[in-house]
Amino acid sequence: MTLSMNRPRALIVRAPGTNRDGDAAFALEKAGADAHVVLLSEVLADPSLLHRAQLLLLPGGFSFADALGGGRLFGLEMSTRLSDELAAFVACGKPVIGICNGFQALVRTGLLPGNNLSVALGANDHGRFVCDWVRLQPVSNKCVWTAQLDAEIECPIAHGEGRFVCNDATLAILQSADQIALRYTSPNPNGSIDDIAGICDTTGLVLGLMPHPENHVVARQNPQFARGHRGGRGLGLFEAGIRHARQL
Amino acid sequence: MAAADASTSGRHRLTLRAHHSRAVATTITIEGELTAPDRSRLESVLVDPLLEAAEWNEPVTQQQLDVGLIPGVTDTEAAQVIHAASLLGIAVIDAAVGRLVDLEYGLDDHEIRRRYANAVIERWATGSTVEPGYALRETAVQPTEFIDLANDDEGLMQLSQQRGLALDLAELHAIRDHFDSVGRTPTDAELETLAQTWSEHCAHKSFRADIVFADGSVGESLLDQLRRSTDEIAAPFVVSAFDGNAGIVQFNALRTYALKCETHNHPSAIEPFGGANTGVGGVIRDILGAAHQPIACTDILCFGPPSTPDEHLPDGVLSPDRIIEGVIAGIADYGNKIGLPTVAGSVLYDPAYISNPLVFAGCIGVAPADRPKLTGPHPGDRVIMFGGRTGRDGIRGATFSSMEMDATTGDVAGASVQIGDPITEKLVSDLLADAWNLYSAITDCGAGGLSSAVGELADGVGADIELYRVPLKYAGLAPWEIWLSEAQERMVVAVAPHQLAAFESLAQHHGVELSDLGSFTGNGQLVVRHHGAKVVDLPTNFLHKGRPRRHLRATLPRPAREESTPACNNPRDTLLSLLRHPNIASKAAVVRRYDHEVLGATVIRPLTGASNDGPADGIVLANPAHDDGIAIGIGVNPWFGLRDPEYMAWAVVDEAIRNVVVAGGDPALVALMDNFSWGNPTRDTTFGDLVVAVRGCCDAARAYGAPFVSGKDSLNNEYLAADGQRHAIPPTLVITAVAPVVNVDRVVTPDLKAIGNVLVLLGHTRSEFGGSHLSMISGDTAPRGVPAPDPMSPRLYRGLHAAIHDGLVASAHDCSEGGLAIAIAEMAIAGRLGANIDLGGVHDEIVTALFSESTGRIICEVKPAHLDAFIAKLDDAGAPKCSVVIGHVTGMATLSIGTHFDIDVEQLVHAFNGTSR
Repeated sequence: MTLSMNRPRALIVRAPGTNRDGDAAFALEKAGADAHVVLLSEVLADPSLLHRAQLLLLPGGFSFADALGGGRLFGLEMSTRLSDELAAFVACGKPVIGICNGFQALVRTGLLPGNNLSVALGANDHGRFVCDWVRLQPVSNKCVWTAQLDAEIECPIAHGEGRFVCNDATLAILQSADQIALRYTSPNPNGSIDDIAGICDTTGLVLGLMPHPENHVVARQNPQFARGHRGGRGLGLFEAGIRHARQL
Repeated sequence: MAAADASTSGRHRLTLRAHHSRAVATTITIEGELTAPDRSRLESVLVDPLLEAAEWNEPVTQQQLDVGLIPGVTDTEAAQVIHAASLLGIAVIDAAVGRLVDLEYGLDDHEIRRRYANAVIERWATGSTVEPGYALRETAVQPTEFIDLANDDEGLMQLSQQRGLALDLAELHAIRDHFDSVGRTPTDAELETLAQTWSEHCAHKSFRADIVFADGSVGESLLDQLRRSTDEIAAPFVVSAFDGNAGIVQFNALRTYALKCETHNHPSAIEPFGGANTGVGGVIRDILGAAHQPIACTDILCFGPPSTPDEHLPDGVLSPDRIIEGVIAGIADYGNKIGLPTVAGSVLYDPAYISNPLVFAGCIGVAPADRPKLTGPHPGDRVIMFGGRTGRDGIRGATFSSMEMDATTGDVAGASVQIGDPITEKLVSDLLADAWNLYSAITDCGAGGLSSAVGELADGVGADIELYRVPLKYAGLAPWEIWLSEAQERMVVAVAPHQLAAFESLAQHHGVELSDLGSFTGNGQLVVRHHGAKVVDLPTNFLHKGRPRRHLRATLPRPAREESTPACNNPRDTLLSLLRHPNIASKAAVVRRYDHEVLGATVIRPLTGASNDGPADGIVLANPAHDDGIAIGIGVNPWFGLRDPEYMAWAVVDEAIRNVVVAGGDPALVALMDNFSWGNPTRDTTFGDLVVAVRGCCDAARAYGAPFVSGKDSLNNEYLAADGQRHAIPPTLVITAVAPVVNVDRVVTPDLKAIGNVLVLLGHTRSEFGGSHLSMISGDTAPRGVPAPDPMSPRLYRGLHAAIHDGLVASAHDCSEGGLAIAIAEMAIAGRLGANIDLGGVHDEIVTALFSESTGRIICEVKPAHLDAFIAKLDDAGAPKCSVVIGHVTGMATLSIGTHFDIDVEQLVHAFNGTSR
């Protein structure tokens, strides 16, 4: 095995207004990947960037200012111009993760939850942007990012549109298909149905979540650090995705 | 208000209502020939049926208020509608986004202005759709005018008044003399350039004025005093102070930090969202303009009290609730979107800020220390402008902000306020991160726009530029308008010709629009052309050094400085009342709207402790890949300022430094920033207050060995109401302290940590209640002394730092508003632990011991086994007998103040948090 196979190539796509690309790169590097931040315009001009990567991450931020709704333009750019390439990426078994704005964008492309089901991320029930720390329980055994995680993840949220919305029938399908990947165990911060913080697609390869595990990959990022608290890091989630990519 | 028929050929309007909140709908107006399939494809992008319902061309009823932006105001959402249409292959000519409000009852125009819409940036209609604010399409350009300068003083002042130049007679004479000497009259652009460059906002002429004291003696200018204090301290870590866009410091071999704090008071008073929004954008550009990458924002806000009844508002003033909501939303919008953590800050409420709120926006940036110093611009370098496009926005902002406001300000100053576009600024920031080695000089377009940016860069060098090359948002701008526009998100760099292609290619990569305006010449002349014709031809020497020095009369205050104690019959109830006071109570409702986690570098957050709801003193930031970081502290106290501006200055310098020290910052390496928001300096008593405040700053800086590296003043913060009544703000000085934290694993937070730990009070407690919150809530107006400087504080802080460095301190919290009682209550709240407190060693009077706001005091929590070593550290630092054990931490979840009273910690939590979470 070559060194580059040990460290899978992870592509982080930055749209205008994306701002947690650096945080995601730090987390992926720390978890064992070679992280490459590229502009959306570069991927659109040269989709082979996707072919050469083993893992795809769509980071948080305010792509295209979140005008018209979180992630809508980012999603539209991808679904109108990269739809086949993204489908091929997943078909090859490569893991994909969308965090916060990246989650919103993945939902708009239809990659999440897949199966022609509709879900949405709407304005928080209290109507405001909120930045706070939450606890998450990994619950899906299907999702390659969470299947091997037992412990709760502690990490921040920072969003105004994180309320997971779907109809009852869709919720029942997501539950029975093991597509609910992460639930809030701290008080539900935004009114999400069923305390859902993240979901995966039908293959388990594509994960979308609102919270930011990439902002808790070293111990001192935890607000309880000065109180001697350790643990709850989000690093394991990235390591799981990278482990899967490494097998490709 | 103009109305248009919704069925106008080619105009399509979609009204969107969120399922969960239907009172305010979003309207999207699209100009273009759309087929039914086009509409339905657009709808599939614009409308998510799980979240929204939408209808095309819904009529506006009499019970609805239709609001849209006025032409020329940035409409980022409309731009994205056009973007979405183009991705779908649908041709759209233009778009506008507005909102439709369901009114519960008929409202007159006055109430609409007060509650729902803002004439500064919006227009509206009821019963019909408002005309969409598409970009202006006029083509006729107003030609450059030559302005006759009157021979008589009255005529000169009239000209200054008419054009809003805010120049005084001596300045007008200097301008007239200059143009007499070159044998022509000035152009409109030249006159405006001089007015902007010489404005209070840009030239800080009051801070540069000679001070004339009551006895006729003349003193050194305020700016020279501050500079001299920094020079005398001669701290080796200061790289650049009071020069360029930001102060620059270097705490270790690896990195330099750029520090800047700005005010955006007047714009925030008339358009709170846009004013605060562009205030943040502007200070971030200051950091970019100092060739550093921004890493964090700070904000300090002063508002009128929440829920002030409308009848208490002077005419023409927005309600505090609307200002509070707008300012906070504006700060959150810019910081969150550009991706910078908004961290240290404070929010103060006082009736004196009703008509003149204050918004202090700060930014900190970082750069590798080994970068070569910028030495340009060099003759031959190109004048490169990039970022946002130029419109009529923000014209005359510098002079506007240098004038007092009155009841008509909101109506006439529309062009002085803008809405920011943080995404464009993010792209500018990304470009500069990559292009750091491709320019020889850099600055941002702030107040005065290109005139001050190019004017400053060209100082002593000269430049020759062409205005028709400036990319415009819409046609029709007169040359002077292009030159003076304060459109946001624009920067100017000097680029050597051989590096231009590389710079251009990076700009294209990042999607940043760039234009080559001309060159730096070397002849010292600032020449600005429009299609070849000169519209400005000024020697930079006259522009920057031709302004006559001001003389300002100062009558110094004589504050009461006696110790005395107000009455307080029920200390227990008083403690709860203080915890509930808006100035002391939790700011969670504000803090949580700012993303303070992005970049992953926030180690001590604004809220901290066992339940993340205790107020932190200093903020600590550390790149997660590094082991060291910086601490940021803020000091501000206008209530001291009203009574004793000199002691106030000392107290807030002390508070800012104390905040960084308790968090783990090194007191030997503190850099300071000053921000003065003051009233009209031509009033001798107001200027006298400023003079002694600067004296307090300089004295304190020397005492702590902490140099000022950057500062900004905002004067004329007064409001002349329609009834002739004058509303001036209290003297408000914000001090920001920044210091390195060598080992971020040793940071200290204020939350109580463990049962049995000993509580030690550092510093001295005296009966100092002038401007105290106890006096405020008890209606005490007796003249009382403001807390005096404690000469032992600098040594004490060094001792504390040594103890923190050795891991001897479990928690530490400064005593500020509300005194020791509030400090220990906040520690209990943050740690969800109780304490037994014995005030015997603090002061004989319980009221003084509990509520005095004496400076220089810190409560520390220390393990019993560490107590001797802790005290020894204070002794070693030369601060013996400056501490007293006041009690210990208990597991009873009760705060017991000796035999005086007990309060359950849950009750403290409830009072402090109220309904904020």
